[in-house]
Amino acid sequence: MINKTVANVSEACEGIADGMTFMLGGFGLSGIPENAIAELVKRGVKNVTCISNNAGVDDFGLGLLLQKRQIKKMISSYVGENAEFERQMLSGELEVELIPQGTLAQRCQAAQSGIPGFYTPAGYGTEVAEGKEAREFNGKMHILEHAFKADFAFVKAWKGDTAGNLIFKGTARNFNPNMCGAATITVAEVEELVPAGTLDPNHIHIPGIFVQRIFQGERYEKRIEQRTVRKK
Amino acid sequence: MSLSKEQIAQRIAKEVKDGYYVNLGIGIPTLVANFVRNDIEVEFQSENGILGMGPFPFEGEEDPDLINAGKQTITALPGASFFDSAMSFSMIRGQHVDLTILGAMEVAQNGDIANWKIPGKMVKGMGGAMDLVASAENIIVAMMHTNRAGDSKLLKACSLPLTGVNCVKKIVTDLCVLEIVDNQFKLLERAPGVTVEQIKEATEGDLIVEGTIPEIVF
Repeated sequence: MINKTVANVSEACEGIADGMTFMLGGFGLSGIPENAIAELVKRGVKNVTCISNNAGVDDFGLGLLLQKRQIKKMISSYVGENAEFERQMLSGELEVELIPQGTLAQRCQAAQSGIPGFYTPAGYGTEVAEGKEAREFNGKMHILEHAFKADFAFVKAWKGDTAGNLIFKGTARNFNPNMCGAATITVAEVEELVPAGTLDPNHIHIPGIFVQRIFQGERYEKRIEQRTVRKK
Repeated sequence: MSLSKEQIAQRIAKEVKDGYYVNLGIGIPTLVANFVRNDIEVEFQSENGILGMGPFPFEGEEDPDLINAGKQTITALPGASFFDSAMSFSMIRGQHVDLTILGAMEVAQNGDIANWKIPGKMVKGMGGAMDLVASAENIIVAMMHTNRAGDSKLLKACSLPLTGVNCVKKIVTDLCVLEIVDNQFKLLERAPGVTVEQIKEATEGDLIVEGTIPEIVF
């Protein structure tokens, strides 16, 4: 088996540079690549464009990169949980492209699949459609959207093996599988890294061909954004 | 008396039919799950990647890897499934979801909806709302009839940036149940004790009132 393992997050981030475009998996704080984000903060990489459904919260997730003003542009679908984000956006310090969530997922999927563009009804007749080609299919209007182009995709999985095969857990799966193989280099961090051959091939969500580098994250805080419970 | 948020959810729950796959938005729509009849089979889809969403977990059983679209901790019912975001929106765009219930800041009488941005003031983003309203056959809006300033949210034309065009079919507010017919709001039911006059006054858009309007029955 081709070995995709790297020793640690530092090695996994080899080659990142100012001005690059990064994809980051996760929905809210669930399934975010915590170790890669910490490394990006540590390295102080600047003027980056981040493609991520959300922007973290003020003091966790991508919020950590925002605090340090490392992000030039965010491409997201929902950013309601981050006051610092809203402040930087409304003051014009941060460039923001808000796009429909399904379009975001499909633009990742398209990049992974080698499909340069696709038509979707989402956003037709709204400001999202401005400047985009519109076309009718079966009596309904659609707009043309393009595959993303990114330098690195940082994804987080539950388990992975040395061949780069990945298994996700619960709703922490979200955008992570769609971003695998959607950038020049895909870096997967996992909670548990096992030797190739250990995982049942029937249970693999993402085959290792879509992953260039894999490592076991040192620690995961897995912060809960909205703790909602019921009484026993 | 105008309806509480729970009562709006309770009324909308009557629209949920046996065998439906339902997507619930954040806010009042989330409450709908609490009022669905328990003698029918319904599955709730949350666009972050679960079909068969269950109630909140018991204290101490919260799982950070198991949340809904509102980032709240949830549970998965027996028979539930998890999937990635692209597949989630294949369910939505592909019209496999039967009913979409979401909130709004404004609804226009032609079915336009605005719920993601107030220029210069508030920009949270559209999340999955644009995909949902562009594709769903059956969309119900749950919202208060007027905003905090007392202005009508049911308008001739939306003033805020749109989320989708000509898509809303039904609206349940704290005052009444409305349907969009021929580019007008058609009054179907009114909250107990609320008069047609009160509803007219709180509705900026054109309101059709035909015959006697019954009170909402839960």
